[in-house]
Order: sequence, then C-alpha cells, then structure tokens
Amino acid sequence: MSELHKKPASELAQMLRSGEVTSVQLTELFLDRAEKLNPLTNSFLRINRETAIEQAKHADELIAAGKAPSVLTGVPIAVKDNLTTTDAITTAGSKILENYLPQYDSTVVSKLRAAAMPILGKTNLDEFAMGSSTEFSAYGPSKNPWDLERIPGGSGGGSSSAVSGFLAPIAIGSDTGGSIRFPAAVTGSVGAKPTYGAVSRYGLIALASSLDQVGPVTNDVLDAALLQDVIAGHDPMDSTSLVDSLGQMADFASKTDVKGLRVGVIKQLASDGFHPGIKARFDESIQLLVDAGAEIVEVDCPSFEYAVSAYYLILPAEASSNLARFDAVRFGQRVLPEGNPTIERVMAATREAGFGPEVKRRIILGTYALSSGYYDAYYGSAQKVRTLIQQDFEKAFAAADVLISPTAPTTAFKFGEKLDDPLAMYLNDVATIPANLAGIPGISVPNGLAENDLPSGLQILAAAKNDGVMYSAAAGIEKLHNDKWGKRMIDFAPELEVN
Amino acid sequence: MSEITPETVRHLASLARILVTDEEVEKLAKELDVIVESVATVKGAVSADTPATSHPIPMSNVYREDVVKPSLSQQEALSNAPDQADGKFKVNAILDEE
Repeated sequence: MSELHKKPASELAQMLRSGEVTSVQLTELFLDRAEKLNPLTNSFLRINRETAIEQAKHADELIAAGKAPSVLTGVPIAVKDNLTTTDAITTAGSKILENYLPQYDSTVVSKLRAAAMPILGKTNLDEFAMGSSTEFSAYGPSKNPWDLERIPGGSGGGSSSAVSGFLAPIAIGSDTGGSIRFPAAVTGSVGAKPTYGAVSRYGLIALASSLDQVGPVTNDVLDAALLQDVIAGHDPMDSTSLVDSLGQMADFASKTDVKGLRVGVIKQLASDGFHPGIKARFDESIQLLVDAGAEIVEVDCPSFEYAVSAYYLILPAEASSNLARFDAVRFGQRVLPEGNPTIERVMAATREAGFGPEVKRRIILGTYALSSGYYDAYYGSAQKVRTLIQQDFEKAFAAADVLISPTAPTTAFKFGEKLDDPLAMYLNDVATIPANLAGIPGISVPNGLAENDLPSGLQILAAAKNDGVMYSAAAGIEKLHNDKWGKRMIDFAPELEVN
Repeated sequence: MSEITPETVRHLASLARILVTDEEVEKLAKELDVIVESVATVKGAVSADTPATSHPIPMSNVYREDVVKPSLSQQEALSNAPDQADGKFKVNAILDEE
C-alpha cells in the first residue's frame, strides 16, 4: 500500500468518508510536508497553517454529521497565487502586489470553501502568469521535484511542483497558453484546461481575458475530473461564463475503454521541433492506442503554423490593457519619485519598480500591436488567424473524437537555459497554444520518461464543451500506460529529502 | 531594417506609463525587434475577407438583472489604497504646476 501522501484525492476522499482518516490529520500531514519541503521546491509563496486547520475541522464536522457538500470535502488543496483569497495575500507572483489582501474571494476559491476543502496555501507562478518556467516570479523560481536543477514548467510551476512532490494532493492552476498543461508534462503530473467559460474567471487576476481558463492540477485523470466538477459551473459574476452544464466529468473519467475511439494525430504537431525522446514516447502511445482498438486518423491543421505568432500578439495586447489597472491609485505598490511628481510620473515610477522584465516586455509589445497604424496589420491579422485555427479544429473534430500531440517539445530544461531568449521560451507552448486560441479543452497526461530520464506529456484535445470526451480518452490512455508500467509514472519520481 | 528602434520603445513605454532606463531601451529594442519580426508572419497568413475572432465561444448581450446587491463598504474599498483622505483615494497632482 502506498504511503498516505501519495494517494490520489479520490482515495483520500473515500478514507475520509469511511472514517479511516480525518481532514485535520490529512491537512496536517500535507502542511508538515509543505513546511519541510518548500525550502527545496519553493512551490508555495504562502502556507496557511491556521486557516487550513480551521477549514479541516469544519470539514470533519460536516463529514461526521453526514452533510459533506462534495465528494472532495476534507481533501486539502493548493491554489495558484493569481486567484484572490480574502484570508491570504495574493501577489500573482509580482512585486507590485506584494501586500495585496483582496476584498473578495475568487469564485473558484468560494467553490472550494463551499465544498469544505482546506486551502493549504498559495502557489508560485511567473509574474502575472507570463512565462513557462517560474523564473519570472518576483519571489524566485520553483524547482522540479524530479531534478531540482530544472524548471517545473510555467507559469503554474508552483502548483505542478507541489502536486508532483506530494506537498499537496491536488491544486488549482490557470492556463492561458499552456500554463497548466506544460507544467504537468514536465513534472509527470496531470493538468487540464477546461473549455473556455466552463470555470469562472471572477477573481482570477487577468492576463489575457479571451484566453485565460482555470483548471485542475493533479496526479491522475480521475482527480482532475473530480476537481473540475467542484470548480465548474455558471457564474453570473463572469459574463463569459458558459450557461450550459457540461455534465459530471468524474462519470466520464470512469469510462476507460478506447475501443472504437477516433484519435486524430495533428500532422503539424507530430514531426519537426520535438526532441527524439518525446517523439519516440509519442509514437509508442499511438501504437498502444492502436493495440487497444482505437482508430488513428491523421488530421491536417495548416494554420497552426501561425498559432504562436497570433498568440504573442493577442496575449500581449490583452495583457497590456488588463495590466493598466496597476496604476498606484486603488491598490498595489506606489513609488514616489523625488520632488513633487504628477500622478503620471508616480504611475511610471511604480510600474518601473513593480513589474519584472517579462511583464514589461509583453506590455510594450502589446502596446505596439494595438497602436494606431499597426493595429490592423498585427492585432487584426492575429484575430483572423484565430478564426483559421478554429476552422482547422472544426474540420479535425469532424474526423476524430479527440486529437493528440506531445504536450511540449522537450522535457524540463535547466534554469537559465532560455531566460535570455524570449522567443525560444515562447516556442515551448507551440502545442498548447492552439487550444486557448480556439477555447477548446485540453489535458496533459504522463507519457513516459524521455530525455535525461525526465517526464514527457501527452496532450489530448476535444471539441469545445466536450470536456467529458476528453476525460474519457485521457482516463483510457492513462489506464493503458499504468498497466504497461505497473504503476503511475509519478511513482517513478525520486523522493524529496531535506539534508 | 529594424522595425523597432530605441525611439519606438521610448514612445511605447511612455504610452504604457513605464519608466525605462537607456540600458533597458537598448535591450528591449533588440528583443522586441526579433519578436515582432517573428510574429509578423500572421500578416501573410490571412486575407482581407477572413473574419476576425475576438472571443473563442460566441456570446452576445450578457446582461444581469438590474437589482441592488450588497457591495463593498467604503472602508473595504479603501483597504488596499496606497494613500487615502476623507474616505477617498488620494493621489498626486494630475497637472504640472508650470
């Protein structure tokens, strides 16, 4: 029997219901691990022992009274620090929000509270979720539990390292171009981006509003489905929130038969640019699916060639206007230059001191893309590419139930490797970006060890609002892998130890 | 010819209200020039009659009921203010004295 901290949330939930363990015991176990191991991984920006224990006591009372509001009641969770919490400073990884204590909870956090899930703490991220490595966090990078010299992916490297290092059983992330899926791939965990609008963005500190989506970070597919069921649902506080229910994801995740499943392999994401090990694991998974009775079809998505370019125009454009709110007036840092400065000089000095290099780069790029004379050529063309990508997906999903690709071109790289080459960093997201541009759901599941004996990920995409189809396929592929490996891939990870 | 010159960066930074040093201007101009050259490929990918997409899942006219609901108190709204006076946000002068 595996140790308690390595058990999936679904099993912990059963143990809570049967009385084998209490939420206070579980929460203390993970708090102890988080406090001990965080100096190694820097997964958490803040650990909330007191409030987490209080919430666990409340969960135990509800379970004892037979009034547990959710399947996951009592299971502790970590939350990415770009979701507002009224009881914990929320920084979004930025210095400009160093002391920001939100006046309201994000809807996702409200739903976790309503489900009585203790919140262990807030996890690290690249500043305002801009990055693929957490190296752009104002509070130092998080480390990959598989190799502490390497990045845990980004922007959600705090959540991915917390879950893959078993500092938390499950976590919340946000995905604008791959910030849930890329970290999952390089840490051997599971990360899902639901259909745009399935989960409320209210209280998510906005990066690019037409691309951002909150989702689960876990160690298996069923846990991701269970967590999506907790956080999804219509929210009148988010005008882009979907009105229709997408069903119970946990039901879909319990269907693991891939026989007859039409699996599309995206031509443009199956060849060039992927490391040999990544490609080899991907081809093996295709064979595994064929052997299990799935039908493989090749799909052509020619516009994907322009996805990264379109993304790095749309994202900076939206980010530059979203981040205009950091004006040193209502919240956040205020830096006063000497003399008797005007408000404009205060803003400029504050934004100079409060924002890091990647945020400045993207704000200025976005300002350029939106500026008069360039708007049509850049932002306008990028929005048209977005239409072409949606059309490619439409055609692909006419031929296939799900599409697959490697999640990322490489395994985890070393710190500093891409820090001075923004374009190289941006190309990490080549496989994950199209889903955000089209608003469709995507999940990354472990796909075996590749270069340097490090994890690689398999991405599974489904048509918009077909999150259930995605979870069934992901659970099916996960089962084929686990049967082959004899255990979960995460169980191959080295033990974290403090010297 | 590079599209992003140090002068462009200075102008954009002032539009974005970010103070930049000479050193940053030089660095940003080089980096942004490479990025802009790369993303400019979108221009050749589309035609005049390709429709633009601004929102991934089509939606229109999302309204809420026009009913009064509890909101933040003045004190709560000001709780993160860098400076305040008389229950209001306090800021520096908007106009130069000259």
